[in-house]
Amino acid sequence: MGAVVEMEEKLRGFLNEKFGDGVIREESFRDQVSFYVKAELLADICQAILDNPELDVKYLSDITAVDWLGHESESEGRFEVCYNLYSLGQKYRFFLKVRANEDELTIPTLSLIWPSANWMEREVYDLFGVNFEGHPDLTKILTPDELEGHPLRQDYPLTYEVPQFTWNKDDPPEVIK
Amino acid sequence: MTEQKTLSLNMGPQHPSTHGVLRLVLELDGETVVSTKPVIGYLHTGIEKTMESKLYYKALPCTDRMDYLSPMNNNLAYCLAVEKLMDIEVPEKVKWVRVILSELSRIKSHLFWLGTHAIDLGAMSMLLYAIRERESIVDVYEAVAGQRMMTSYVRIGGLAYDLPSDFEEKVRTAVKNVTNGLSDYEKLLTDNEIFINRTKNVAVISGEDAIAWSLSGPMLRGSGIKHDLRKANPYSGYENFDFDVPIGENGDAYDRYKVRLEEIRQSLKIINQALDGMPEGPYRAHVPGVVLPPKEDVLYKMESMIFHFKIITDGFEAPSGSVYHAIESPKGELGFYISGDGTNTPRRVRVRPPSFINLACIPALTEGGLFADVVCAIGTIDIVLGEVDR
Repeated sequence: MGAVVEMEEKLRGFLNEKFGDGVIREESFRDQVSFYVKAELLADICQAILDNPELDVKYLSDITAVDWLGHESESEGRFEVCYNLYSLGQKYRFFLKVRANEDELTIPTLSLIWPSANWMEREVYDLFGVNFEGHPDLTKILTPDELEGHPLRQDYPLTYEVPQFTWNKDDPPEVIK
Repeated sequence: MTEQKTLSLNMGPQHPSTHGVLRLVLELDGETVVSTKPVIGYLHTGIEKTMESKLYYKALPCTDRMDYLSPMNNNLAYCLAVEKLMDIEVPEKVKWVRVILSELSRIKSHLFWLGTHAIDLGAMSMLLYAIRERESIVDVYEAVAGQRMMTSYVRIGGLAYDLPSDFEEKVRTAVKNVTNGLSDYEKLLTDNEIFINRTKNVAVISGEDAIAWSLSGPMLRGSGIKHDLRKANPYSGYENFDFDVPIGENGDAYDRYKVRLEEIRQSLKIINQALDGMPEGPYRAHVPGVVLPPKEDVLYKMESMIFHFKIITDGFEAPSGSVYHAIESPKGELGFYISGDGTNTPRRVRVRPPSFINLACIPALTEGGLFADVVCAIGTIDIVLGEVDR
């Protein structure tokens, strides 16, 4: 447990020293530390973390987003893009988070720093419509080309399509919202 | 002089060696692959969105259907994440049973991988042998959950039912069968010259690149990075067991084969330890209002029946906050990122799918190699398209 606290202190010190204003706030929930950072500084922060041998954080575990539409924390920004970073040497996991509203939904890409971020960002783009600036190939990855909208947004309804059998095969397809 | 041109070749989505519906658009110069462009999403079923519309309990069966070769691991990862969100501590016995089942799942998944990977490379009989041993593991599933594939046996706060009386016997039989089978596989493949020629120095990735591509599981360990979440951040009581983490040296398909085979052996070791020292106790945590009361109580105790009814119809309210819990699944780091928002359905359920993230590196594995080795590269990643596309 001591190593975890030490690593946390080190990380906090590093971020505050180098990007004092870039870190908006810090959150700890169930022993999990998240740093909310400014969107425009994200790529610089990640590059600095990667280049620092003392922190030893080289592994980008995951990128995802959460749509907080209608929740009390929406005032900070509707979308929360969450970067899950891991230190293989210290066995320590922490999160960088970026909040953004729909009109300013552009975040610098990490795919030039970690090649694996390419597909993760494409998935977030496909399902949430977050634009990653500087991404080499920002196209749909999971949903079909003809599908419009971003399915994992809260205002995208779940629909039910009536299956077609012999008795209704001539009817137009019916979609219930 | 005639003009030199490359050939575009479409491989898949319906192709027996793409393990499902993976499509690759290959650019070939003679027999050499110039570029590989994977196209995925043919099996996208919106599992994450479906889970977000359900109560925490009712989202559980969706997890079986992602990586259908190791359902117990998916159940476990989801339940551990929800338990972290709700701050539930499960009884010791539950932890040990979960360890046994998730290790059996690992063996089952690796056996199926071994069979299909070998069949891709021309060793037709391997699949039959691997399936033969896998059968006895599926029998254990059937005994505990009543289901052979989509088990949903690990539940939030415990297990679906108590263990059947013949559990230990069935697991011991499975362990014995797999132990005997392992020596057969080694005889058939490890020193097989054709297999070695098809896998040595094929689909090579260095340790540094493996980290940059965020690979996990045997893909990472095959490249010589000793990282296993069971050791690094032990969950579900893995710190109580003695086992090794096998690693490879060259990061090629042959090393990953050896790593997976050794992992089966280590899993057997863990299962034996867990069976020998299994503690007694309840099969579900006692957290009224959140964890379902045991079925026996529901029939005879008024309060248990009320809670049962309430949890099934209304669920429980999770606090506002996000948790991430990752486990070492057979494919790699399988994590669930769950955001609660004070209501009884999750705001966001994100699966960190190891197959999806491992598959992203396929251009790096295949470009510059021979066309025939593409099949080996797909097999060695060990993908399940149900998990890639979700």
